[in-house]
Amino acid sequence: MKKVMKFSIYRYNPEKDSKPYMQDYEVALQPTDRMLLDAILRIKALDDSLGLRKSCREGVCGSDGMNINGRNGLACITPIEGLKEPVVLRPLPGLPVIRDLIVDMGQFFKQYHSVKPYLVTHSPTPQKERRQSPEDREELNGLYECILCACCSTACPSFWWNPDKFLGPAALLQAYRFIADTRDELTRERLDDLEDPYRLFRCHTIMSCAEVCPKGLNPTAAIGKIKAEMVKRMV
Amino acid sequence: MALNKQVFDAVIVGGGGSGLRAALQLSEAGYAVAVFSKVFPTRSHTVAAQGGVGASLGNMQEDHWLWHMYDTIKGSDYLGDQDAIEFMCRKAPELVYELEHFGMPFDRNPDGTIYQRPFGGHTQHFGQKPVQRACAAADRTGHALLHTLYQRNLRSQCQFFVEWMTLDLIRDREGAVVGVIALEMETGQVVLFQSRVVVLATGGAGRIYQSSTNAFINTGDGLGMAARAGIPLEDMEFWQFHPTGVAGAGVLITEGVRGEGGILLNALGERFMERYAPNMKDLASRDVVSRAMDQEIKEGRGVGPDKDHVLLKLDHLGEEVIHKRLPGIREIALKFASVDPAREPIPVVPTCHYQMGGIPTNYYGQVVVPRGQQHAEPVSGLYAIGECACVSVHGANRLGTNSLLDLLVFGKSAGDHIVAWLKTRPEQRDLPRRAEESTLARLAELERDDAGESVAQLGADMRRVVQSHAGVFRTGDLLREGVEKMRELSERAARLRIGDKSQVFNTARIEALELQNLMIVAEATLVSALAREESRGAHARDDFPERDDREWLKHSLWYLEGSRMAYKPVNLQPLTVESFEPKVRLY
Repeated sequence: MKKVMKFSIYRYNPEKDSKPYMQDYEVALQPTDRMLLDAILRIKALDDSLGLRKSCREGVCGSDGMNINGRNGLACITPIEGLKEPVVLRPLPGLPVIRDLIVDMGQFFKQYHSVKPYLVTHSPTPQKERRQSPEDREELNGLYECILCACCSTACPSFWWNPDKFLGPAALLQAYRFIADTRDELTRERLDDLEDPYRLFRCHTIMSCAEVCPKGLNPTAAIGKIKAEMVKRMV
Repeated sequence: MALNKQVFDAVIVGGGGSGLRAALQLSEAGYAVAVFSKVFPTRSHTVAAQGGVGASLGNMQEDHWLWHMYDTIKGSDYLGDQDAIEFMCRKAPELVYELEHFGMPFDRNPDGTIYQRPFGGHTQHFGQKPVQRACAAADRTGHALLHTLYQRNLRSQCQFFVEWMTLDLIRDREGAVVGVIALEMETGQVVLFQSRVVVLATGGAGRIYQSSTNAFINTGDGLGMAARAGIPLEDMEFWQFHPTGVAGAGVLITEGVRGEGGILLNALGERFMERYAPNMKDLASRDVVSRAMDQEIKEGRGVGPDKDHVLLKLDHLGEEVIHKRLPGIREIALKFASVDPAREPIPVVPTCHYQMGGIPTNYYGQVVVPRGQQHAEPVSGLYAIGECACVSVHGANRLGTNSLLDLLVFGKSAGDHIVAWLKTRPEQRDLPRRAEESTLARLAELERDDAGESVAQLGADMRRVVQSHAGVFRTGDLLREGVEKMRELSERAARLRIGDKSQVFNTARIEALELQNLMIVAEATLVSALAREESRGAHARDDFPERDDREWLKHSLWYLEGSRMAYKPVNLQPLTVESFEPKVRLY
């Protein structure tokens, strides 16, 4: 592995910068540095003003989503090896920047919250678990694993144009997670709620979401299944 | 300059599993609740739990809460309090069913019931043979649990303060906790929160170790707050080293891998656990397995050019089991060890994973301290739950899957107790004057312009000291040296400085404040470990290799002031059943 690596990082501190700029860094890496986050933390040890979110450093918490050489991903599971230099780091596109690589996720979470992402049941709760067959449970695979990192929604042109009206791939994936759950009893209302020119139907199957998802999930496919459910209930 | 003030019935510090479970109880009872979290709640470290949550549902074979209780007590090396352990194990099935009702996507058996997998130290008939007790959602149980609890909270009126760091507790002259001081990261503003109840749910502090499965946020903030407020920390010498962290990276590989049939091999290709634990083998208790691995490595049977790790073999489980039950593990092995576990073994090494000690509480979650002749008097208005608390259900060594169970059971139990307590409690108590003074002084000190200590450097030095002086095996000399080095580090910590002085999302300031909390936990760990002259659970002293129940069947209490030790008895009396007397521990 190379010892010194070059970076070009988006910087913006609203307290002192009239506009954003790119700052160049060269940083010496250690042999144990494996992921992009390791390298960024070497930079941060030298310049503590660089702002980013981070936590689990293993790709499960969804904190360190950013735009890496033009593509959204998680810094902690992006290998250093193979990154073209200088590595260009920018905040996730399409959301307001708070500072440096930290974006305001408010709109993203608002859309997530709006799909009622929780189980709704009317029938009486049993004493023990509700039964669900392994096959029905399998329908939730590829859906419940979402870590809400926003890499998908901020890679979606439809979300860029209408972040307030189009739910975006992450929220739609979660909408389908509850539609697909055989235990949920709100399916009709959930589908009604999505029957709208914007909320669901702004998806133009560009597939950027599936392409960038760091967990290998496919929101486009889930959106397709929601549409299929709508067709099914019309006939 | 006067700080802004907000008023709540209850403030919960921490938005992980225990905080969210407690919040649910309080907001559904109609109280004004504020949940503070340094990160968006689903990014809390609960999300990283993999293997399962323990409960004697008996879906796979016959099981009983009493066997679960026995396993937990034996796992704790008899340091766990048996009233709290009975409480937890009896409640376990109810709490797991409730999660399922909330929508948790558990794996299923062909009959539609929740799938349960084998785990270390889980047995039938008081240690006779393994039982499948770990309720699992693939190898992402923590993720599924945390998201489910957050989602459930969306239905209620609980208010989240996301990306706020809580800095200090406020106690009045009678010692009652009456609020907290917190910092909003996005703006840098510091706000006073007056509250009838404060619940600490800040998780563990595994980041005191260099090699740790813990997230960056696990910095013991609640422990620092409690210690600064004069509350002792209990059993801080007991840190669980998980047997299977990815060598070099520290990332966790669940015990569920061994539960599903994975085995550990040394450089000779020998399944060495057969020698250390003839009955349970690779599924012995975590402290036992970690010590065995360390022993193998010490005796030259480690793997790799530096002979510094062992191998976790699971290729014999077959693609299908790995794909279905352990998909996250495959992802981690590919990314962090460059091996496909369906073909090659994963290089693993014991890695700091869990803090058994913490803020002393009873099983209602009330923080309890010695006062006069009493060794466990509640601190009015203060609760602690989850990993930051020491109930103590884990004693000297936690049983796998009991961490998720702990946060559910005691999150709910604290919530229930608080609801009842708030009904009888009169109005808010006044905040003492100048409550914020010492906190603001601490903040100002960080920003002084003189040359000082860098957070990155001091943090690295601290982690190195804890790693090399309070690891799997300890000796008096090693610990004494560690305590000495910590003293030097603490002197340096008084001169901690940050370069970045801005208000907007200043992560340098947050990391400095976190390091101050970590330093307290590190000192508590080394001092408590030096004092305990026996080997029990995760605390293994080469110079005192035996457990000494006559002298040391007691909980340690460490006070920040004067770094002094005190002790209190272990509660060997369960709630309704006969006591489990300490016995020699064999697996």
